[in-house]
Amino acid sequence: MNPIAYQAGRTYASPHAHGGGKGARAMFFVQLALAPATLFGFWLYGWPAFFLWLVTILSALFFEFTCLRLMGNKTPGRVLCDGSALLTGWLLAMTLPPWAPWWIGFIGAFIAIVIGKQVFGGLGQNVFNPAMAARVALLISFPLQLTTWVAPLPLAAPPSPGWLESLHIALGQAAPPDAMTSASLLGYARSELARGADLLQAFAAGQAAPRISWLGVRAGSLGESSAPLLALGGLFLLASGVIRWHAPAGMLAGVLVPAFIAHAAAPGAYLDAQAHLLSGALLLGAFFIATDYVTTPITGAGRFIFGLGAGIMTWIIRSLGGYPEGVAFAILFMNALTPLIDRCTRPRVFGRTRAGEALEAGASSGESA
Amino acid sequence: MGLMEKCFGFSWGVHPADHKRPAADAPVRVMPMPERLFVPLAQHLGAPALPAVLAGQKVKKGERIANPQGAVSAAIHAPAAGVVTAIGEIPAPHPSGLPVLAVTIEVDGEEACDGADGGPPPCDDPFALDPAEIGRRVAQAGVVGMGGAAFPSALKLSSSKKAGVETLIINGGECEPYLSCDDRLMRDEAPAIVDGIRIMLHATGAREALVGIERNKPEAIAAMREAARAHGDVTIRPIPVRYPMGSEKQLALTLTGREIPAGRLPADAGVVVHNVGTAKAVSEAIRHGRPLISRLVTVNGGAARAPGNILAPVGALVADVLAFAGGLKEEPARLIMGGLMMGMSLPHARVPLVKGTSGILALSAAEVDDRAPDPCIRCASCARACPMGLLPLEMARHIAADDFAGAAGRGLKDCIACGCCAYVCPSRIPLVQYFAHARGRLAAEERARLRLDATRKMAQAKSARLAAEAREKAEAAARRKAERAAAAAKAKAAAEAEAAASEEARALVDA
Repeated sequence: MNPIAYQAGRTYASPHAHGGGKGARAMFFVQLALAPATLFGFWLYGWPAFFLWLVTILSALFFEFTCLRLMGNKTPGRVLCDGSALLTGWLLAMTLPPWAPWWIGFIGAFIAIVIGKQVFGGLGQNVFNPAMAARVALLISFPLQLTTWVAPLPLAAPPSPGWLESLHIALGQAAPPDAMTSASLLGYARSELARGADLLQAFAAGQAAPRISWLGVRAGSLGESSAPLLALGGLFLLASGVIRWHAPAGMLAGVLVPAFIAHAAAPGAYLDAQAHLLSGALLLGAFFIATDYVTTPITGAGRFIFGLGAGIMTWIIRSLGGYPEGVAFAILFMNALTPLIDRCTRPRVFGRTRAGEALEAGASSGESA
Repeated sequence: MGLMEKCFGFSWGVHPADHKRPAADAPVRVMPMPERLFVPLAQHLGAPALPAVLAGQKVKKGERIANPQGAVSAAIHAPAAGVVTAIGEIPAPHPSGLPVLAVTIEVDGEEACDGADGGPPPCDDPFALDPAEIGRRVAQAGVVGMGGAAFPSALKLSSSKKAGVETLIINGGECEPYLSCDDRLMRDEAPAIVDGIRIMLHATGAREALVGIERNKPEAIAAMREAARAHGDVTIRPIPVRYPMGSEKQLALTLTGREIPAGRLPADAGVVVHNVGTAKAVSEAIRHGRPLISRLVTVNGGAARAPGNILAPVGALVADVLAFAGGLKEEPARLIMGGLMMGMSLPHARVPLVKGTSGILALSAAEVDDRAPDPCIRCASCARACPMGLLPLEMARHIAADDFAGAAGRGLKDCIACGCCAYVCPSRIPLVQYFAHARGRLAAEERARLRLDATRKMAQAKSARLAAEAREKAEAAARRKAERAAAAAKAKAAAEAEAAASEEARALVDA
């Protein structure tokens, strides 16, 4: 080609190449990391869990699409492909009782996508984690549906509901039979404490007392049943560089350290660290919610503080508050503090002190030498 | 790096694929003189040079055709013998392609002897010269920083001497992908570079010279070590491969552990940084009296047919250089002057090479990989990549809302425009463009403010002058009035006296 003929269509800013990373890749990896725990949940709680999951995700995509159209977006399909609405729906479904009726997922998706995200201006603009905002709104609005847990009924087991029966449950036409409902461990502990019982005796005596299960064969949401699979997903995300260790480490420490100390001091009044770790979607919160880019601080130090704060709040709400579990509340609380944390954890600028003043001439900085 | 900074993710920079080979391994090709050269008068930082020739005048190779004007400027010499056909405007080697003044030389092929007129006299023992004299000769040869910024080298040498710089840092990092002109120069001309370094040590009074070379250039490291073996004051230091390792501040920190304070010169941290190409140019100027009229330039990129390094005259058109280098395989998606990360996109190929041009990149569409930007998701990849410890996403958020002062308060002035943030941004936000835009707007605001200040001062001066004039007028009027009143009083008194006299006279007559 003749070099003379070259005509640039427009001017371009440097740099003239790109590292190749894509936002959608991170979303896809998070979904991949969620998949094992989700599939295990389907197996554990049967078809109703799958239907609820499906309804929540489809509703999230529907609301995202509708909002984008209403706001005059010319290419809503392209935005849907970034995977963020799907992930929000998925995360919300992970926190719901698996046998909740379909409209719980539908309303939850509406709250998450429309009120939690698009009202703020869409992707990247929301202050609060949409899935957690939706879960909290649902919990306050529909306490009965949001606290009705079913005992695990593996898909192949005889009492597990069949296809049609599951559809009825998912459509809300049939409530889960009483025999199948079960208290979650945190809920049980809370109600036992509320009636003044000693936790040690309550767990030792009651036949109905929920057991801790490392494998996750117990009552709970998709996002809390299988601790090993959730941890596996979290480690996968850490290894692939999608998330960093600061927020999960902070959050786990924030729950486990106070839990350990309090249980050691008063075992009758406080659950032990193991129960805290395996219950109430702590692992989901630590690896998948506290690591949300949009609603958490941007520096490593800030993220650690965020995680630590969320963890401590979680433990406080669980142990001293009125609700049996506190991950969602704690995350929302810390979301509100995120701008403040960002402000306080700005990195030191090259050639300046932490306060932003230029370094003294002639003095070499020991900090970065 | 402190443990805290390591743990909390202060690991600056990026690692782009370097694409340096095979261009770096191909031997240098010397470009023959094109028919015409277009030598811009503003090839350096500072004021453009003032032309010292007239249209129609014959010039010899190396003859000085423009003199420095002002404190920061550099002389310019004829890259070839020929006739000056025009001194006028040509498209600038800049994305805008706006016109700049240039001397056009019709090359006539008559090679005159080196060092004619313009250049400094050759010298066999530079170390006997006074350091200030070295600075003068470097200025005479029109040497500027060859790394890209093109700061007049003589000024840097003399100011370093004044500031008492201890360490001379020689930048052989060449961290920009695709570029290999410094690598090639170090492989081929290591003795001349080391000689130039030693001359610069003498000129600056620095105790030692540290040459930082990225580890991906083992041949250059070996050649430079060999050349520097006999000289204890020149140390070759292999450094990690990481962009932007070749940035002045990052290189000084890596080699000496000293951090150049914000808004200050490297000399304030006791260091001065020169490029290897500049060292070579200094040696040429002092030893042989040769002015800076040609340079090594890397031609590279997926659309270039034969990537390699070309020794090309300053003022040659990019189109001529590309044609000599083997032409293009395909229509380039972008034509870049400089490096991949910080170079400028060119409007077309009919712009001249200047002293600071390190590369010409003809990039294919696949290499550029253009995509529309998505919203920022606050992933903070940019903050981790930023070598200056800034938060590009926060600055961009302020700029997007037209809050340029807010962006300035968050370190816009500390940004070195290295492009790491935009390179890693998964949403493809053109962050460097944002910052350039904000800088432009801030500069325009500053200019407007200065103009407003000047206008206000002039208006105040005018009203003060008018008030003074009015006061003077009023005073004069009052004076005149008083004089008139006095005169009238006097006249009246005289009249009265007269009247009295006449009365008396009448009385006398009556009597």
